[in-house]
Amino acid sequence: MAKTMLGVEVLTGGEATAHAMRQIRPDVVPIYPITPQTPIIQTFSRFVADGKVDTVLLQVESEHSAMSAAVGAALAGARTMTATASQGLALMVEIIYIASGLRAPIVMAVGNRALSAPINIHGDHSDGMLARDSGAVQIYAENAQEAYDLMVMAPRIAEHPAVLLPVLVGQDGFSVTHSAENVALLRDEEVQDFVGPYEIPYPLLGGRPSSQGLFAMPDAYYEIKVRQILALEAAEQVFADTARAYALRFGRHLGAIEPYRMDDAERAIVLIGSTAGTAKDVVDELRERGEKVGLVVLRLFRPFPHQALADALGGVARVAVLDRATAPGTFPPLFADIRAGYQGSAELRSYVYGLGGRDTAPQDIEKVYAELRQPAKGGIRYLGLTGEDQHGES
Amino acid sequence: MASLKQLALREEERPRFSGGHSLCAGCGIPTIVRTVLDSIPGPVVAVSATGCLEVATTRFPFTAWGVPWLHVAFENAAAVASGVEAAYRSMANRGRLSGERVTIVVFAGDGGTYDIGLQALSGALERGHRFLYVCYDNEAYMNTGIQRSGATPFAASTTTSPVGSVGRGKAETRKDLTAIVVAHHIPYAAQASTSHWQDLSVKVERAVAQEGPSFLNVLSTCPPGWGHDARDGARLARLAVESRYWPLFEVVEGHYRLTHYPAHPTALVEWLEMQKRFAHLRGVQSVDLESMIEHEIMSQWQDLERRTVESKSWFEERDSESA
Repeated sequence: MAKTMLGVEVLTGGEATAHAMRQIRPDVVPIYPITPQTPIIQTFSRFVADGKVDTVLLQVESEHSAMSAAVGAALAGARTMTATASQGLALMVEIIYIASGLRAPIVMAVGNRALSAPINIHGDHSDGMLARDSGAVQIYAENAQEAYDLMVMAPRIAEHPAVLLPVLVGQDGFSVTHSAENVALLRDEEVQDFVGPYEIPYPLLGGRPSSQGLFAMPDAYYEIKVRQILALEAAEQVFADTARAYALRFGRHLGAIEPYRMDDAERAIVLIGSTAGTAKDVVDELRERGEKVGLVVLRLFRPFPHQALADALGGVARVAVLDRATAPGTFPPLFADIRAGYQGSAELRSYVYGLGGRDTAPQDIEKVYAELRQPAKGGIRYLGLTGEDQHGES
Repeated sequence: MASLKQLALREEERPRFSGGHSLCAGCGIPTIVRTVLDSIPGPVVAVSATGCLEVATTRFPFTAWGVPWLHVAFENAAAVASGVEAAYRSMANRGRLSGERVTIVVFAGDGGTYDIGLQALSGALERGHRFLYVCYDNEAYMNTGIQRSGATPFAASTTTSPVGSVGRGKAETRKDLTAIVVAHHIPYAAQASTSHWQDLSVKVERAVAQEGPSFLNVLSTCPPGWGHDARDGARLARLAVESRYWPLFEVVEGHYRLTHYPAHPTALVEWLEMQKRFAHLRGVQSVDLESMIEHEIMSQWQDLERRTVESKSWFEERDSESA
């Protein structure tokens, strides 16, 4: 395998993402500040100010306009990226749906954060889950390195002729966006070469007239929508192909899921994002003690890799699905997805954790593995609640 | 200044907006769109907000548009145009575009401009994108069935400000959008009417010659919304101007100039009488409402006259420099 690393730098997830954007060299980047996404656009703005990248920055007056401008730019014929978080993503959601419907391949970094109220700036996946059914591809990174790698992979997925959809690359607010760690950057020209030129079928500035964003009545809307859904489904294969190409070239393989010590595992946890780091440590420790435990980390959330997940769960007897988001009144999103598509024999349990940036300690993960030894209680269990609220578990 | 013959010739040579759409007879919108597009010499990318124009001209799989056209949503046309303009700048910087300079034009109704789209418009004007924003102002949410907007005039009856046993039409006066736009200190803003097509055409030429944002607020008649006969569309547009209800003026770098002085101003009542939305003003008890409208219109006119006088020397100086 070709090793083409420029070298290892100590970067936060936000900075690493900005480096990926600098190296991709998008034509247009509409931006609006929001914690904890801000380091991404600040770092990128610095790159522009220092002449390290010649992207046109568009400092818009809201996230709604950021996404709207992104749609205009992307369909005009410009490679377009943006970044947001939390309420900003919520404000964008209307236009993310439209971006998907108009097949605008915008790449967006998300510093995943809780939704108000109460207002809270810390990490969870509520914002991403709000955009769950927007038709966009959704990918989640475990750490800064993955945030960087997935961002470099994202344009190829978004712009693939079979896909042509927005791609959201999530990283946990603060625990990834603001945490510095070693990140191996590629060379600028390697990234340029990997993403290739921006090509879409009908650029508005391409010299040929086209009408985009038409009014479709019951005789046509349905067909257009189903084609869009099929395009999102096609992104699963495109993601796999892109991950393989990335691995062949740069030596790091980021599949739709990452099974961790799942061979012969009897009990497993499935989760998304940075808590995977803690969970891996716990798995290692429990394995030391001879416990047959494993972990599956989900990177590709939309389209949902049902088959890959089923294969990874294989002969596991009990699975705890850990959601860092809720769906009040029913089971949380990741659990609901797995339950909907899983036909294996394992017993599935639903846990919620880490809302509003609540720390999830190794003991919390250990507790889940311990509870998986016991018969199921049913309902949703809320990990890491304090005081009286601990008894509020349903 | 393009002659009518030239505009017609351009329309024949490069049809930018074809018939066959489903806008109403007597609607001012198609006249505005054709005049604007035909008055722009070079290539155009058009962006529309959700509204009558978008719905009636792009029913899939048909389109009336002969230029590249994009519609995203109701409240964001100016932001979408910002993105197109940024794309244009970036691609041109990077040598990926050739040929004549492209003009980006937004068409949006008063709902999408005065109300839900105001923030996006303000942001785009502040950022200084080179684009022309055309508001076709028919003074209510006509596409959804005639609901009152920030552009709806005082006392006008709409489906959400109906006349009833208590209600007397819209209780508030309309927003002065053109003044709001002017407050952004953009190079060019103007008001126009379909009745004065050459005035509109000249304003389009001036607008698109600017290096920054430009804005046109064009009154657009609406037979179902205003309650007038389709055949009276052109006449009503003219009466709006001649009664000084809708003054024609331009604001160049902050300097005001009335572009049309009615030689014999018509009475406001003539304009009001032709529209069912003001039918309740005919009763004796509604004299007060009518005089309130008259007062608003006249104070607006006097203000424009005063500003025109103040700016006279500025225009004279500018014109003598360019002469």
